[in-house]
Amino acid sequence: MPSVTDWLRGFKGRHERREPGLWVKCPGCAEMLYRKDLELNLLVCPKCAHHFRMPAADRIASLIDGEFHEIAAELSPRDPLNWADVKTYPQKLAADREKSGVLEAVLAGFGTMGGFEIGLAVMDFFFRGGTMGAVVGEKVALLFEESARRGVPAVVFTASGGARMEEGLIALMQMAKTSAALARLQEARLPYICVLTDPTTGGVSASFAFDADVIIAEPKAVIGFAGRRVIEQTIRQRLPDDFQTAEFLVEHGHADMVVERGRIKAQLIQLLELLHPTGRREEMVS
Amino acid sequence: MNVIVEREKGLLELEQRINDLKAINDQQRALRTGEGAVEGVDFSNEIRMLEEKYASLQREIFGNLTAWQKVHMARHPMRPRSTSYIAALDEFVELHGDRAFRDDPAVIGGMGKLGGRRVMVLAQQKGRDTKENVHRNFGMVHPEGYRKGLRLMRMAEKFGLPIISYIDTSGADPGIGAEERGQSEAIAQCILQLTKVRVPVVASVIGEGGSGGALAFGVADTIIMLEHSIFSIASPEGCAAILWKDAGKAEEAATRLKLTAGDLLALGIIDEIVPEPMGGAHRDAEGTVAALLRAQGRALDALRAMPLERLLAQRYAKYRRIGTWQADGERLVRGVP
Repeated sequence: MPSVTDWLRGFKGRHERREPGLWVKCPGCAEMLYRKDLELNLLVCPKCAHHFRMPAADRIASLIDGEFHEIAAELSPRDPLNWADVKTYPQKLAADREKSGVLEAVLAGFGTMGGFEIGLAVMDFFFRGGTMGAVVGEKVALLFEESARRGVPAVVFTASGGARMEEGLIALMQMAKTSAALARLQEARLPYICVLTDPTTGGVSASFAFDADVIIAEPKAVIGFAGRRVIEQTIRQRLPDDFQTAEFLVEHGHADMVVERGRIKAQLIQLLELLHPTGRREEMVS
Repeated sequence: MNVIVEREKGLLELEQRINDLKAINDQQRALRTGEGAVEGVDFSNEIRMLEEKYASLQREIFGNLTAWQKVHMARHPMRPRSTSYIAALDEFVELHGDRAFRDDPAVIGGMGKLGGRRVMVLAQQKGRDTKENVHRNFGMVHPEGYRKGLRLMRMAEKFGLPIISYIDTSGADPGIGAEERGQSEAIAQCILQLTKVRVPVVASVIGEGGSGGALAFGVADTIIMLEHSIFSIASPEGCAAILWKDAGKAEEAATRLKLTAGDLLALGIIDEIVPEPMGGAHRDAEGTVAALLRAQGRALDALRAMPLERLLAQRYAKYRRIGTWQADGERLVRGVP
């Protein structure tokens, strides 16, 4: 059976990405890290446990056991408003495709994790800051609809600056589109678990991210509705460093738990065992 | 500074002069015609000239508002507020509080009757003056305001009350308390509830529709906008600061964002535009209120005539199809031009 590693290799083969440097400086502890070592450690600094932002394809490879069947992989955005600021929208999209190696800010599909078939969507912050336009909205909505149709749980990893301004109100309306599709999954009484990663803000946090049954957050991830700068400008004072962090969220009752990256898969499987025991197919466990 | 307030100053002065002159003219006419008539002065020609000037100036200022001018019209301090419309309902009982934290004055909610139809009202309320604005937090809603709304949406479904909402906010409150109390979750719950609530929903944008904070009450079967109201993913100022890194580009951002009622009707996101009188809704508040209430009533009647399951399927399909894309991923993936 083909493995998710094959999928990842194939994905990276098709999606060329600008090669990053061999060495990375950790923003947490300033240590110089060898990129290959960092990648082997799920992009978590071995010295200080700083969680680097993770490309969506690598995240999928870290969770899925066998094959991953991507859905709507070929969708890429149009330019509905004929947008231009200092650059045109198509220019920005082309630059981000090259930088990130993805066609849009989310990858979605189906695969097996710990014996559970799941619908999995992972947002990619390296493409337009993970912002949600029509394609992201469509893929997330398709994931919820298709999960409901297959009778499987949905898991979404968020990383987003919010709704994508270059698509105007069409982007904002994706909050309603994804929520409508999610309501159908809820109606089918299937679990939906959301993992909030750094950063999750604006239109994504204020729609499908916070509508999950169980909300997990990665350590120190910045999560909130309004951006930190906007709040500081509004109240004209500096915010404490831990404001809007994953830990802050748990403390204030808005997320269930903070889970470090290496333990997330095991935590998801345990939650699915408790929420959806009939979903496990023992013969699939490797 | 509000560009509409600035531009209409000259017009208001002219209006005052015409009225003053008319009063004098009436006095003069009384002198001429009354008992012991004397030879008075007749200003009729001057008045006619000023009135012509007034009409041409009015057309010049308001005949063809730009997106940026509409942003300012939508924020005009004299614009009819949600309370103006609620006051014109047959009856209204305000309901307070989210049952958890406090009552948010930026949201007015309650039950009432619109032209004999029972309705649940959800409204975002800006203030009319500084004092009311402080009380209403300038119409910026806190999580507890959205949770009050959520409570009333559920109640509307339970008792079969169609929902009418009034959108008028620059956005959800961006403050410490709002984040501590879960602004994201509160908005997310409202949006999800409105996508599935089992009663007709008619939303009306009466001023500023600011981003997710507006959308929380803005998911609906029928969306009506007043002619000079706006509905936007971000304020033009915020958009300019983020995308241009130059707040001076706000006017250009306003044009590019396609935030006017006309733009959004063309994009298929809203359903109906209610015209405003020349000079904006505040020049004839009573007439504007009546026109919007009539449009809401018609929309409700059309929605109530539909079987519920069809209504819900139609609402789902409407949001499901917003947005287009191209399926040329393969070409882009392989880097073929």
